[in-house]
Amino acid sequence: MSNRNRETLSGAEIVVRLLERQGIRALAGIPGGAILPIYDALSQSTQIHHVLARHEQGGGFMAQGMARATGLPAVCMASSGPGATNLLTAIADAKLDSIPLVAITGQVPRSLIGTDAFQEVDTYGLSIPVTKHNFLVDSAESLLEIIPRAFRIAASGRPGPVLVDIPKDVQNQRVEVDEWPAPGRAVEPPPADPTLVEQAAAMINEAARPILYLGGGVVHSGAAPAAVELAEKASLPTVMTLMALGAMPVDHPLSLGMLGMHGARCTNLALDECDLLIAVGARFDDRATGKVAGFCPQARIVHIDIDPSELDKIKAAHVGIAGDVLTVLEKLLPAVDRRSRATWLSRVGHLKASHPLRMPGIDDPRTPYGLIRAVADCLDDQATIATDVGQHQMWVAQAYPLRRPRQWLTSGGLGTMGFGVPAAIGAALAEPERTVVCFTGDGSILMNVQELVTAAEEDVNVKIVLMNNASLGLVLQQQTLFYGERIYASQFKGMPDFVRVAEGFGIAALDLDRETDPLSALSAALTARGPMLIHASIAISEQVLPMVPPGAANKEMIGG
Amino acid sequence: MNALTRNEREAVARTVLELAVNNHPGVMSHVVGLFSRRAYNVEGILVMPVGDGATSRIWLQVNEDERLDQMVKQIEKLEDVLTVRRHGAEHEVFVRLEEFFR
Ligand SMILES: Cc1ncc(C[n+]2csc(CCOP(=O)(O)OP(=O)(O)O)c2C)c(N)n1
Repeated sequence: MSNRNRETLSGAEIVVRLLERQGIRALAGIPGGAILPIYDALSQSTQIHHVLARHEQGGGFMAQGMARATGLPAVCMASSGPGATNLLTAIADAKLDSIPLVAITGQVPRSLIGTDAFQEVDTYGLSIPVTKHNFLVDSAESLLEIIPRAFRIAASGRPGPVLVDIPKDVQNQRVEVDEWPAPGRAVEPPPADPTLVEQAAAMINEAARPILYLGGGVVHSGAAPAAVELAEKASLPTVMTLMALGAMPVDHPLSLGMLGMHGARCTNLALDECDLLIAVGARFDDRATGKVAGFCPQARIVHIDIDPSELDKIKAAHVGIAGDVLTVLEKLLPAVDRRSRATWLSRVGHLKASHPLRMPGIDDPRTPYGLIRAVADCLDDQATIATDVGQHQMWVAQAYPLRRPRQWLTSGGLGTMGFGVPAAIGAALAEPERTVVCFTGDGSILMNVQELVTAAEEDVNVKIVLMNNASLGLVLQQQTLFYGERIYASQFKGMPDFVRVAEGFGIAALDLDRETDPLSALSAALTARGPMLIHASIAISEQVLPMVPPGAANKEMIGG
Repeated sequence: MNALTRNEREAVARTVLELAVNNHPGVMSHVVGLFSRRAYNVEGILVMPVGDGATSRIWLQVNEDERLDQMVKQIEKLEDVLTVRRHGAEHEVFVRLEEFFR
C-alpha cells in the first residue's frame, strides 16, 4: 500500500490518481473554469475514459447508468455554478433510488467563496438534502482522506450519492504525497439481531397466507437468488416494487409481478388477503402501498432493511430487522420450514386466473404492449432495459419479461423524465457486450435529447424505442380520469421529426410506422450493433391500466 | 404554528436531544436541515466544542411529536453525528440557560 517514492502533486492530480486507484475506468462530465485543473490532470490519465456529456444532468445520469448496471459507485463531474446546479437532479434521483454515485464539482477559489464570484453557487448547501453526504474540501492534503471516504460512504449500507466540492485553488495546491490510502470500499454492516431472525422465521412458519414483498434493496445487496430460494422453500407468492423488477423472473410460478399503482389486479387483491407481509429491502413507498391504512389490512409485518430509519417509518413492523438483506436472508433460510401451502397457492392461482394483467394488443406491434413484447422477442435476458418516465415506463414495467437483477434501469423514486437516454448510454459504456434498450416517450426524450450526439460519439450499443403518442401521456391520462377530461398542457401541437432529429445527431433511425413488416424491421434493428432510434407511433388514447387513483387504497383500482 | 403562548408552550411535552458531532462548518446545516425540511421546529439549540475541539456537542430542544423516533433515526444516519441521546424536558441544560432569555 505504501509508496516509498515521495511525489509532489497538485490536488487535481491527487483526485485523478485516487480515482484510478479506485478502479474507475470511465466517468462522465462537462468541464468549465473552476474544474479545469482536474480536467488537465485527467487528460494525462491513460486509465480513465472521460465521456463528454452535453448537459451535466446527462453526465449525472450516465454515471447512474454505470452504477445501476454494475452496482459499483460511478463518477460524474461538473464545474461550479450552473454546472453544479445542472447536476442536482441526477443526484437527487440517485438519492431516492439509493444509487452509489460520486459527484465531483469544481468550486471558485477559497478566497472568493462567499463573494458572489463568477459562477459561484453554494453547491455544498444545495446538495445537502439530495446527497447521502457531501464535502467542501479545504486542502489538497485532505483529498487523500475525503475521496476514498466518499466512495466508502456511497457504497456502504444503503448506497447513495456523495458530492465532493473542490475549490479551484485546492485543485492547484501542491502537496507531498508519500503514501496512498486504500481505495474506499463498502464496509460490512453490523450483523442483524439473531433473535429477531428467529422470530421472523417463526412468523413465516406460522403464517397461512404470507406474501414476500421485494424492493430495490434486494437488487442492491445481491440478494435476488436468496430471495427466490426463500420464496420457493416456504412457497411464498412474491410481489416486487418497480425497483425490484428482475429480482424474481416474472414468469416464475410464485411471481405476482409488480404491486401498487399499476400492478395487476390479482397482485393487489392477493396483498389485500395476506396474513403476513415479508418486506425485504422495500420502503413502503406510496406508489406501492396506495393508501397505507388500506394496504395489507390483515397482515402482520416482517420488515428487513439495511436502513434502520426505514423500519416503522410508514408502517409499524411486528418484527423489524435492521441488516443487510442478503445476510439476513441467509440466516433466515435454514430456520424457515419447507412448506407447500397448497390452499394459499391455489387461492392465489385462482386470483391470477380471474384477475390477470390484461394486455390488449399484445400481438400487435403497433400497440404499446405489442411493441414491448415484439422488442422482448428479439432479445434474451442479457439485454438491459432502461426507461424514461411516463406511461411507456409503466407499460414496460408491466409487460417486459424481466428476469435478471440489474437488467432493469428506471427512475423509481424521483420519476425523472430525461433519465432514460443518458442512463442507457452509461449502462452500455459499463457493459459494452450487452444490448441496452431504452424505452422512451416523445416528452421524456426531449429532456435529454442532446445526449444522442454523445451516444453517436461513443458508438454505444443503445437502441432507443420511442413510443410517440404526441402527448405527455401519463398527464393526459390523469386529466382524462381524474380531471373531468379537461386536457390541458399535455397534448403537443408541434412535433419534431424524430427520425431526422436522430439522424441530425448522427445516429441511425428507423420509423416503424413506415415499415410494412415491422417485426422483421425491429429484429434487424435490434440485432445490428451501435446506437439507433426506433420510432413508433401509438394511439394517444392508450392508457396504463389498472390504475389506483392517487390517494386511494390499492384494491380500488380502475380498469384492467 | 409557533406563536404559542407561554402557558401553551409549557403544556407541550419537550424532549432534549444530545448529539456528539464532528466539529466542522457543515454539521449544523446537516442537522437542522433534517428538521426544517420536515417543518419540524427546533425550539432551542446550543452548541459548544468539546475537549480539543475535534468534536462538538449539540443540544436540541424539540417538541415531542409522533415523528420524533424517525427524526432520531435520521440524525443517527448523518456521517458527522457520532451519538444521539434522548433526555426528558427536565434536563437542566436549557433550564439553566433560561436566565439569558428573560
Ligand atoms: C422532469 C419531469 N417533469 C415532469 C414530470 C411529470 N410527468 C410525469 S409523466 C409525464 C409525461 C411523460 O410524457 P412522455 O415522456 O411522452 O411519456 P408518456 O407518458 O407519453 O409515455 C410528465 C410530464 C416528470 N415526471 N419529470
